[in-house]
Amino acid sequence: MPEDSSVVEKRLRDKFPNAILNLKIFKDELTFYIEKDSILEVCRFLRDDEKLAFNFLSDLCGVDTTSLGESNSLEVVYHLYSIKRNHRVRLKVTIPASKPTIKSVTSVWETANWHEREAYDMFGITFEGHPNLTRILTPDGFEGHPLRKDYPLKGRQPDSLRKIYRKAEE
Amino acid sequence: MTKTQQVMTINMGPQHPSTHGVLRLVLELDGETVVNVTPHIGYLHRGVEKLAEHKTYHQFITLTDRLDYLAPLSNNLGYVLAVEKLLDIEIPKRAQYIRVLLCELTRISSHLLWFATHALDLGAMTAFFYCFRERETINDLFEMVAGARMNLSYIRIGGVARDVPEGFIEKTREFINTFPAKLKEYETLLTKNKIWMMRTKDVGIISDGDAINYGLSGPSIRGSGVKWDVRKAEPYSSYEEFDFLVPVGKNGDVYDRYIVRVEEMRQSNEIVRQALDNLPKGRYMADAPDITPPQKEDLKSSMESLIHHFKIVTEGICPPVGEVYVSIEAPKGELGFYIVSDGTKKPYRVKIRPPSFVNLEALQKMVVGRLLADVVAVVGSLDIVLGEIDR
Repeated sequence: MPEDSSVVEKRLRDKFPNAILNLKIFKDELTFYIEKDSILEVCRFLRDDEKLAFNFLSDLCGVDTTSLGESNSLEVVYHLYSIKRNHRVRLKVTIPASKPTIKSVTSVWETANWHEREAYDMFGITFEGHPNLTRILTPDGFEGHPLRKDYPLKGRQPDSLRKIYRKAEE
Repeated sequence: MTKTQQVMTINMGPQHPSTHGVLRLVLELDGETVVNVTPHIGYLHRGVEKLAEHKTYHQFITLTDRLDYLAPLSNNLGYVLAVEKLLDIEIPKRAQYIRVLLCELTRISSHLLWFATHALDLGAMTAFFYCFRERETINDLFEMVAGARMNLSYIRIGGVARDVPEGFIEKTREFINTFPAKLKEYETLLTKNKIWMMRTKDVGIISDGDAINYGLSGPSIRGSGVKWDVRKAEPYSSYEEFDFLVPVGKNGDVYDRYIVRVEEMRQSNEIVRQALDNLPKGRYMADAPDITPPQKEDLKSSMESLIHHFKIVTEGICPPVGEVYVSIEAPKGELGFYIVSDGTKKPYRVKIRPPSFVNLEALQKMVVGRLLADVVAVVGSLDIVLGEIDR
């Protein structure tokens, strides 16, 4: 939505002059790169602002960008939608792969709860302030984070997982 | 909530018929009242998103069938639209209409299965047999176009796999002409049935504000009175040329979600009728030689087409560097595909936003404080499919 993008950008820049690190428009999709520590405030503002009203979190996911260039970082990607205004925006936060922590947005949208658990499960991203950050798709005792690029496509889990199930059976 | 007795923890699933697959719910009960519910998912996790990173763009289509296996064409369409957005290609009108036609038949088929099992869960057996009878007809139609009944993979990047076969139009018309009467027949079983109403009215209520906050979509959010349908809000595949209504509920209970889905079947039936009436002539596959394979019938007569086909299949396609998020209105809700391309023939990252995954998250909100028997009604009314929840 290009005609809309300038409005979103202006309101966001007015409110958070230092939080927007970069902006991209690709195939009419607007992406903001947000500074890591401001993500929670930015999200809350986008939801509550009358003109923007991004009340619907469509999706939240992680992307391992370590194989794209030399960055050695992960990205957390937020897809926001406004049911009222019918527009979309994408937010991105880059976090270091060695210490992947970010603030949780569960206080802004309840739906973020499971999305963040999935991102934790798949990428090992820790969401600070999440009420129940546990694995969701892989079983308890699973080792590693499967969607990281250094996780192999084929192979077996170490024996520890088997031990856990043995113990449960006894 | 005041507790009268000791809280008991019981396990429901993963092999429980009314959890619609391999969902496991750990219920904490005080007598018959649900104090807490913890869903455990992941029993069907196959690592589809990881596999996507190791397949070419064309190869991944077959895996999308296995997400929501009750609506394979909707999954095909969502993924394919995302790739097409990356590639910037124009899809022929005929292909777009065929896609709409089949996706709406898919919606009817998916809702029929929901109707059948939802009613069965609450003790109404007859509806199950009725619905499966009609679903069988739709499966026969799918078999005509794609050769398969369940995992169709019929929608391809650039169009559809082949043109609709001879006799398909007539058969489909026969179906849509008889279907509204059948639908009325189902409704006589449930809509004003006293027992049905007692089991579903004022059960599993979620307000419009909560529904948005919990990210519900599809019939589940419209049951709460939020009039949001991706087909209307952000039309894709020529949906703006079709005339249909978006039914909404009012109370956000199980009954309203039931009414919304039943009405949706009626609307889908009309969309299919319009697609048949106005089906344009022309190609069913876009003419973009470096992206799409040639049309099937050309392969038999032209050597160049055969080489072309071979090159596309063996070498794959390389979309430009970038990222797109495309969502469609699948039978269960907003189905989104987020694709990151690094310019090679395999996607760098594919994230699927499955509607059932998000809808199930709101279960706790809907059942805590209610009776154990209501859990079955609420799970049924969310219409979940574990294939897409676990991926």
